[in-house]
Amino acid sequence: MKRIVTLKTRNLNESKQNGGCGECQTSCQSACKTSCGVANQKCEKAAK
Amino acid sequence: MIHCFKQGGYNIVLDVASGSVHVVDDVAYDMIEAFESTPKESLFQNILQKYAAQGLTEQDVEECYGDILALKQEGKLFSEDTFKPNVEALAKRSPVIKALCLHVAHTCNLDCEYCFAAQGKYHGERALMSFEVGKRALDFLIESSGTRHNLEVDFFGGEPLMNFDVVKRLVAYARNIEKEHNKHFRFTLTTNGMLIDDDVIDFANREMDNVVLSLDGRKEVNDRFRKTVGGVGSFDIIVPKFKKLVDARGDKSYYMRGTFTHFNPDFTNDIQTMLDLGFDELSMEPVVCPPTDKYALTEEDKPILYAQYERLADMMIQRQRQGRPFTFYHYMLDLEGGPCVYKRVSGCGSGTEYLAVTPTGELYPCHQFVGDPDFLMGDIWQGVTRTDIRDRFKRCNAYSRPECADCWARLYCSGGCAANAYKATGDIQGTYRYGCDLFKKRIECAIMLKAAQALESDPT
Repeated sequence: MKRIVTLKTRNLNESKQNGGCGECQTSCQSACKTSCGVANQKCEKAAK
Repeated sequence: MIHCFKQGGYNIVLDVASGSVHVVDDVAYDMIEAFESTPKESLFQNILQKYAAQGLTEQDVEECYGDILALKQEGKLFSEDTFKPNVEALAKRSPVIKALCLHVAHTCNLDCEYCFAAQGKYHGERALMSFEVGKRALDFLIESSGTRHNLEVDFFGGEPLMNFDVVKRLVAYARNIEKEHNKHFRFTLTTNGMLIDDDVIDFANREMDNVVLSLDGRKEVNDRFRKTVGGVGSFDIIVPKFKKLVDARGDKSYYMRGTFTHFNPDFTNDIQTMLDLGFDELSMEPVVCPPTDKYALTEEDKPILYAQYERLADMMIQRQRQGRPFTFYHYMLDLEGGPCVYKRVSGCGSGTEYLAVTPTGELYPCHQFVGDPDFLMGDIWQGVTRTDIRDRFKRCNAYSRPECADCWARLYCSGGCAANAYKATGDIQGTYRYGCDLFKKRIECAIMLKAAQALESDPT
């Protein structure tokens, strides 16, 4: 596409089928302790 | 829903439901923005008129229109949010607990005026957690964690190193029992640095998956709030200790974490100080306090903070180009391997998957609620007895607040921090709007950084 570059991203709709294992880190546990951001967490399904 | 924004010389389109990110030129940007609200004929006319001087042809517009349509058909633009109808299933998982914030010391050797923990005491008595209470907390975590393998424990306070011996014994106990239960403990230590010595460095770098080191940046900024009980600034005491710990840490994670207030909205200068000191894994958080406090961030500060977040993103791009990258916690988006939609809908897990434990073994939804009797959920012996509190936290998700219904960022914050909402509105289902505004700015910057990194590594 000449005018549009699409970055590689995880498809959230698809993650509805294969996500939800719950092994990921608790968001607040790492650094901030005063806000809720989840997008910077890693998926840890493989680490199970 | 889409969110279009321009930053750092990039035009960015985020497709909210799919999570797709597109970097587009001006023509595509204008067409995408108007795509759903303008009939095709008018859209073409408007675009051709606007870009006539640049020689844009009807064929160019047709081609761009076709690309937009193709992305729509692929589910990467204007994709439907299919999560809301299933939000109960997505957000309401079985009540397993996978993380504890262990308040091993409700006391502190610093006297920071802005501390949400009220100098470590959480508005209660000074106290240290005994080994027996900590051990029971770890057993309780294992018993409550179902099939979860990874369990997180944060040694928190107050200042946890004021109870270092118990911390060491608890880690040894956890390591001793984790295999037989098919668990893996991941430990974090959050410290003000005052008591770091060689023994702490050796232990923390061996056993802690992460250490969070509190430093506010410039000496005068740090020492304004982060003082000893005798009123002496801590900068000169803690910085050499932090340097020694980080130098010896190798590849293991750490965060140099600061707080900025109304007195230093120019917080990128504090980030620069951290960089100059040799630290490169950074976090800098806005102070959370009642609006009446003299150091509370104001509406007038907000445009300054927006500009600071943009400057921070620019600093990161420049340093990356110079081969001296650094990380900033809130800009660490993982677009390809990031969290699934379950996590994005359900959020941090406070009050459900994540609880705080006081020195006497009481359970609270998270560290920020400790000491508030309305949020006392039970204890580590009886478990969660106030299931009504847990149920209220279970209902907090990316779709539970009316203000989030038309917000593009809801799958990045999951509806926001319940503690901040409670402090701002008196309701965990409320909205801390100031925090939302800063959060959205940070996510825009983070996405822009990802765009810059992707295009610089693959300019085609």
